[in-house]
Amino acid sequence: MHPVIPYLLAAGLFGVGVYGVLARRNAILLLMAVELLLNAVNLVLVTASAAFGSAGQVFALFVIVLAAAEIGIGLAIILQLYRLRQTVAVDDVDVTVDVTE
Amino acid sequence: MTVTDVLICALGALALGSALLVVSTRHVVRAGLWLVVTLGALAGCYLVLTAELVAWVQMLIYVGAVVVLLLFAVMLTRAPIGASDGLDRSRWPAVLVGGGSAVALGALLVEAFRWSSIRPPAPGTAERIGAAVFRDWVLPFEVLSVLLLAALVGAIVLSAPRRS
Repeated sequence: MHPVIPYLLAAGLFGVGVYGVLARRNAILLLMAVELLLNAVNLVLVTASAAFGSAGQVFALFVIVLAAAEIGIGLAIILQLYRLRQTVAVDDVDVTVDVTE
Repeated sequence: MTVTDVLICALGALALGSALLVVSTRHVVRAGLWLVVTLGALAGCYLVLTAELVAWVQMLIYVGAVVVLLLFAVMLTRAPIGASDGLDRSRWPAVLVGGGSAVALGALLVEAFRWSSIRPPAPGTAERIGAAVFRDWVLPFEVLSVLLLAALVGAIVLSAPRRS
């Protein structure tokens, strides 16, 4: 097999993820784009492990766990943001304004 | 081109196409469902690359837990069900940066690996990965469990109602 094919696929996925993070305004869609970025990295790790031993697969498992922790915290923050401001559009959030009072 | 290459090309085209739909669709819920297709195709890629444990963990945690959480968040923030405008900012700067990073990374990887070929490894077993985790990577594994606990407590603290 030619490892350059999955590597190129990972580069493409990473580009799509970067586009999503920059272009999306809804915070939930932004988190989905971050998942694409993490998956691109995972694909690189798994492809490398096909050539260089199993350490890459262990790292990929660790990245998946980190992604799960990230999504839990991220969604808790988004829900709290929605409770306070009634919006999840990241452009509309002015962090200098205190709405808790 | 071997069977492995053809399979990865097919699954990769599926993953890339649905990833493009994730970042471009105007329905919030459909973005989550296209994300399922992307993650499933990538799990297929992992299977072809003989990383079967990673593939199943991907299906369990990503498709089973992460996407469900995302859809719950879509529901709880009362996202519009139909197509909605105003999900995207101006497109061209993002296309420029995203395309630029993809081309740069792709050029780097092509330069590094050319058309080199490796022998596909023997089908992996969970036993080998388990041995690697508990022999070489025990400390990161334990730190990760503490991190998960911290994330759990953090999420509960964040979403608990504020006491006045």
